[in-house]
Amino acid sequence: MSDWYRDFANSGFGTTLVKQLGLPRPAVLRRFEPGQPLLPGPAIIGSAGEGRLREALTELLRAEGVHVQSPVTADGATDGEKPAAVILDATGLRTPGDLASAHDFLSPAVKRLRATGRVLILADPPSDADSPAQAAARQALDGLVRSMAKELRGGSTANLVHVPEGAEASIASPVRFFLSGRSAYVDGQVMSVSPAELPKADDDEQLLAGKVAVVTGAARGIGAAIAKVMARDGAHVVAVDIPAAGDKLAEVANEIGGTALQLDITAADAPQRLIEHLRERHGGVDVVVHNAGITRDKLLVNMDAARWNSVMAVNLQAQLDITQALLDTEGALKPNARVVCVSSQSGIAGNRGQTNYAASKAGVIGMVRAWAPQFAERGATINAVAPGFIVTEMTAKMPFGTREVGSRINSLQQGGLPVDVAETIAWLSQPGSGGVNGQTVRVCGQSMLGA
Amino acid sequence: MADTSKPATRKAAIVGGNRIPFARSNSAYAQASNQDMLTATIDGLVARFGLQDKQLGEVVAGAVLKHARDFNLTRESVLGSKLSATTPAYDVQQACGTGLEAAILVANKIALGQIESGIAGGVDTTSDAPLAVSDDLRRVLISLNNAKTVQDRLKALAKIRPGMIAPEIPRNAEPRTGLAMGDHAAITAKEWEIGREEQDELAVRSHHNMAAAYDRGFFDDLVTPFLGLSRDNNLRPDSSLEKLSTLKPVFGKGDPAATMTAGNSTPLTDGASTVLLASDEWAAENGLPVLAHLVDAQTAAVDYVHGGEGLLMAPVYAMPVMLARNGLTLQDFDYYEIHEAFASTVLATMKAWEDPAFCKGKLGLDSPLGPIDRSKLNVNGSSLAAGHPFAATGGRIVAQLAKMLHEKGPGSRGLISICAAGGQGVVAILES
Repeated sequence: MSDWYRDFANSGFGTTLVKQLGLPRPAVLRRFEPGQPLLPGPAIIGSAGEGRLREALTELLRAEGVHVQSPVTADGATDGEKPAAVILDATGLRTPGDLASAHDFLSPAVKRLRATGRVLILADPPSDADSPAQAAARQALDGLVRSMAKELRGGSTANLVHVPEGAEASIASPVRFFLSGRSAYVDGQVMSVSPAELPKADDDEQLLAGKVAVVTGAARGIGAAIAKVMARDGAHVVAVDIPAAGDKLAEVANEIGGTALQLDITAADAPQRLIEHLRERHGGVDVVVHNAGITRDKLLVNMDAARWNSVMAVNLQAQLDITQALLDTEGALKPNARVVCVSSQSGIAGNRGQTNYAASKAGVIGMVRAWAPQFAERGATINAVAPGFIVTEMTAKMPFGTREVGSRINSLQQGGLPVDVAETIAWLSQPGSGGVNGQTVRVCGQSMLGA
Repeated sequence: MADTSKPATRKAAIVGGNRIPFARSNSAYAQASNQDMLTATIDGLVARFGLQDKQLGEVVAGAVLKHARDFNLTRESVLGSKLSATTPAYDVQQACGTGLEAAILVANKIALGQIESGIAGGVDTTSDAPLAVSDDLRRVLISLNNAKTVQDRLKALAKIRPGMIAPEIPRNAEPRTGLAMGDHAAITAKEWEIGREEQDELAVRSHHNMAAAYDRGFFDDLVTPFLGLSRDNNLRPDSSLEKLSTLKPVFGKGDPAATMTAGNSTPLTDGASTVLLASDEWAAENGLPVLAHLVDAQTAAVDYVHGGEGLLMAPVYAMPVMLARNGLTLQDFDYYEIHEAFASTVLATMKAWEDPAFCKGKLGLDSPLGPIDRSKLNVNGSSLAAGHPFAATGGRIVAQLAKMLHEKGPGSRGLISICAAGGQGVVAILES
């Protein structure tokens, strides 16, 4: 589905017109393509205080073939090319006063940031601070990043990663994600990593090679996009959907060289049938993506029990039951398994007419947070993604006005694509993402809803 | 001296199957060709078992009603499918026995070690049926095509008479008797004194069994939706004796005691089915399950034209031959799949096996084959519920029975019996 306004605003005449009218000009986002370098240009790394990550960050970027520039000096001197990424190691922050150095580094560097650039800040979590002053300084970064994300133009994003002491080794995977085109529609977000045992360096192109990934609701829309991205990254995808969607499901499976499994995930024996299938065919499963979801919208006062119950059954209870069965069945989850659950912006911000849907999607967020420690014990992770306005067949049927407003009220001034959600899920599924656990990552272009 | 000993054989494994929902003639698949349906069905099987771009040993399938352009139907379907284009294929046709016969052919090549894997299938459409021009018109058109001058062409055209224009529509009738298959079955039903009520009961049970099987998800890994249909549209979950008893007989008309109605006879149906067969080794290498093995099969034919035997009674003759060869009795099975061309055919078949005089006189047996436990018969429904796209029925039954045996557990056995036009019948044994 094309974004007619974005295309127009980026055409020769359109650019002039929207500028003169003072209208927003949504950028063409930088999305991932296999073989693409991590960044389309150099990166600048700076620190606020005595950070402990700068060296590791520099090494990581150099290993990716990224040229690392010196910070822009006070007199504006630079070493040439405009940066594609500005990275701040803020792990040295002690007091709000130290934030001045963050400003001194970011202000000139971000000014030079090229379109589709990335600003990434790494800092300790405020909850681990030694003093109220340190907590204040760390928390201040939230406001800084979220505001920067709103100021950036040209499809650039800004995000913050909390790195507690001892979790330094976990940063590689999130840093790669946030700098790459995979995070195109993830903007203004704050997330945490935790200490984890991580496998040796990955082959960047086939991050999921040899992995078996289940994707529910894979017959169309976001689910089909997830299946395609997982397969592109090397996974064998077991595409699951209700029997009535079996023909579309078979098409998806055949396109990506996966297999189709027709299954109503709300059936009482669904967890058992899924696990039997996975054990018989694949000896277990590495990645489970709980994507299947339905909407049955009505205002609460008009909502019957059937609408409430069916949404809860598909969107929340099935995720709980299948995950629990996977945990309980010896050998069902392979070592370092990854479970990714699809939540929704509605689960964070709420949405009129969606009490059932929003409740189920908020429930998912609570579920992954609660399960994370148990998953960590076995070297596994469980996370959620919360898509914002994603352009699908479903949104194409919305009234024009609702759709246009819905898609523009975010910092990137456009709707996301199913592939944006899929890329985020594929990243959380990587073996190297073991340090990301219990998180809910919003894929919403920094939506104003629930921000 | 050359070694004349038989090569070692192995039993072919049934890995699984796929079919599209069956549709009554001129309904959901009215616009679909045999090739459309067979290709979609193969693709559904490919998706279920991850066979994309794989070269299989062989694909064998057929259709009973076929257009002239479909001379290479199966190979064309393979070329249009997601299988590797280097997978060979050929067509077979044995009327309603086509699907099962195709499975036997693939299984035998696997048994002999000639191939490691293969797909057996069948497809039929009575909606997109071939119409032929009359023989007279056809001769004129051929001479017109051969004519080299304008004069010759005009001469050829001048031979066309209005009476030649009427097309020949394929009929569901035996060429040698002119009788519809149902009318043949009605003769047998009368001979064996098969009552109306027991036929209706069998039909109701078929509908109820199949509806229940759909409801508990039994067909989730056997059927892939097609053209908006996700269940067989002939299926009547609410079928009842009361409803069926109101129907008027459609076969054996003229006989006041006629019993065969549209409710206890299969309707004309469109659909396709496929079964994936392989050696145990191939299945293991590809991480695929073995549901059951095809143990043995037997084909028989009866002389229904002059021999005084019913058109659809050939399986009755095939069965004792196969049982004896395998040292089994008719009671040694966990499930029986007797194709429900007509309810009366199933009932007459079982009655014949129980009849001492018939078993001695016609089958040459000292004692009758005996009764079968009705609770093991067509337990997930059969053709009266699903419908009967002629060549697709065998594949439906093989895949369905193999799954039932897999669920029942190792050592369980199932029996298939399918009657076919031309006085033929095919029977087979599956074992988990």
